[in-house]
Amino acid sequence: MESIGKTGIFNSEIVISADKLTKKFGQFTAVNEISFEVRKGEIFGFLGANGAGKTTAMRMLTGLSHPTSGSGYVAGFDIYTESEQIKKNIGYMSQKFALYDDLKVWENIRFYAGIYGVPNKEIEPRTEALLNKLGFEKERNSLVKSLPLGWKQKLAFSVAIFHEPKIVFLDEPTSGVDPLSRRNFWEMIYDAADRGITVFVTTHYMDEAEYCNRISVMVDGKIEALDTPDNLKTQFNSSNMNDVFYKLARNSTRNSD
Amino acid sequence: MLKYLIEKEFKQFFRNKFLPRVVLALPLFATLIFPLVANFDVKSINLSIVDNDKSTYSNQLINKVTSSGYFKISDVSTSYKDALKSVELLKSDVILEIPHKFEAGLIREGEGSVMIAANTVNGMKGGLGSAYLSSIVADYNNMIRTNLLELNGAATKHSFEIVPLFKFNPGLIYQVYMIPAIMIMILGLVCGFLPALNIVSEKESGTIEQINVTPVSKLMFILAKLIPYWIVGFVVLTIGFLSAWMFYGFLPAGSFVTLYLFASIFVLAISGFGLVVSNYAATIQQSIFMIFFFVMLFIFMSGLYTPIASMPDWAQQFSNFSPIKYIISVFRQVYLKGSSITDLTTQLFALLGFAVFFNGWAVFSYRKKN
Repeated sequence: MESIGKTGIFNSEIVISADKLTKKFGQFTAVNEISFEVRKGEIFGFLGANGAGKTTAMRMLTGLSHPTSGSGYVAGFDIYTESEQIKKNIGYMSQKFALYDDLKVWENIRFYAGIYGVPNKEIEPRTEALLNKLGFEKERNSLVKSLPLGWKQKLAFSVAIFHEPKIVFLDEPTSGVDPLSRRNFWEMIYDAADRGITVFVTTHYMDEAEYCNRISVMVDGKIEALDTPDNLKTQFNSSNMNDVFYKLARNSTRNSD
Repeated sequence: MLKYLIEKEFKQFFRNKFLPRVVLALPLFATLIFPLVANFDVKSINLSIVDNDKSTYSNQLINKVTSSGYFKISDVSTSYKDALKSVELLKSDVILEIPHKFEAGLIREGEGSVMIAANTVNGMKGGLGSAYLSSIVADYNNMIRTNLLELNGAATKHSFEIVPLFKFNPGLIYQVYMIPAIMIMILGLVCGFLPALNIVSEKESGTIEQINVTPVSKLMFILAKLIPYWIVGFVVLTIGFLSAWMFYGFLPAGSFVTLYLFASIFVLAISGFGLVVSNYAATIQQSIFMIFFFVMLFIFMSGLYTPIASMPDWAQQFSNFSPIKYIISVFRQVYLKGSSITDLTTQLFALLGFAVFFNGWAVFSYRKKN
């Protein structure tokens, strides 16, 4: 698995950039002057303990939250003034499972495809193709609430990239899922990256960090390290990402729960 | 885009086991049952009689009172004290005391007096009871005066009588006045509460976050929430019209077109208000209490139960802010008087104003970004 997807085109265009991006809630600085760039087709991992500021950073980039200061561009659009343009070019899968429980599988796909402007006549054939690919043909008419969690998350990811966005943001997409489902899920992520979709993913699973092209480690709202997994391991003189993370997060002052 | 949003709202609405039933049952039962139970005509008032005179005249008066049909003699006491006891025991509502020498006074001096005492713990029953009794006594008074005057051979004194003519509801039937208002109350409840719960339930389930990262605009989002309730409003109203006609044979003097037109504007206004509440509430619980508070306020200030003209000045001013006030007056006027749209321009503009204001506010207060 390590071999696939790492052929990333690192000299291609920058699709996400952040410069000293900051978010404060009153006195509390959730995200503290983070700066980074993500290139097209890359799988960019955002690592950190709970409460490190990963989700807040992602919410600023997806136009859900106003930054306090700093600047950021996603798909070439300013996160302050052009968040509606950004939204046309991204997919998003939130931490909280967010498909409609009381709609059927095909109805959820149709709904999100429709509001992203996928032409009506394309929706049905593409829905069938997707269900085939996922092996969900039999679940076409099941209510989403009746699906097991691993399936729901696969479906949510497929829905998030159904409209072929430039970038997909995944906020802890695999939390609570068994190892086999997680592996399947990462195969889907690689598949999307191979199609040229940039993947921005937050996680606190260290084995998943190894799957990313580059990772940034957030501690207490700051980016403490940013490089490829191999370079980080060399830099911190560790054999695996777990070690790297412990060395970085040891000095965290925020309570992680 | 709007098509998919509305399609989704309807799918969710019909997949809900509870909501479609409420929308059908509420207007049906409300128009069927409320007019039967909400009735100000007080019948069978328990009357305690204290007849200290025991004469022909006092007997005549008592006969007249009992034959009126409003009173039921629950107790005949020998003294006011005993009668009061029966009131205290909740056996009687009103006491009629005829004094000693009632007849003698009437014949000799041409005057007599009786005392009426009413238990006004239930203000409505006591008040109406004593009013009915007074009017029967006054009637009796006229009768014996005429009799006595004729006996004395004197010329009839000049007097005049007021004959009221009740226009538009000649029988003063309470139902006729209440049914149009009850239709509106149900319409306001359904089309105010459902939208108030809608957006906030998407907040609770987390799906709103997913919508907020899509290119769906604020206006589209609010429209998609509004239009389904607009259609639900038509259904609720039609059921109300049908059941008023089937159960009470009650049809408007004016046109249905006018009623539907005004109701459609009203539904936009009250649903828009529900969406505003939903935008500000963080949980379904908060939303329910907020919409309950405001809808109650709108209903009590609307003149549905008590006439606005009898409210204190400040309250009358305040009632201008209740959209329900305008639509109830439209419904009563169209149903009873057959008013047309040209008679109702004030209400038309007021309701349009509310619709624009609340929906504008709903779009404005919906935040895709925070």
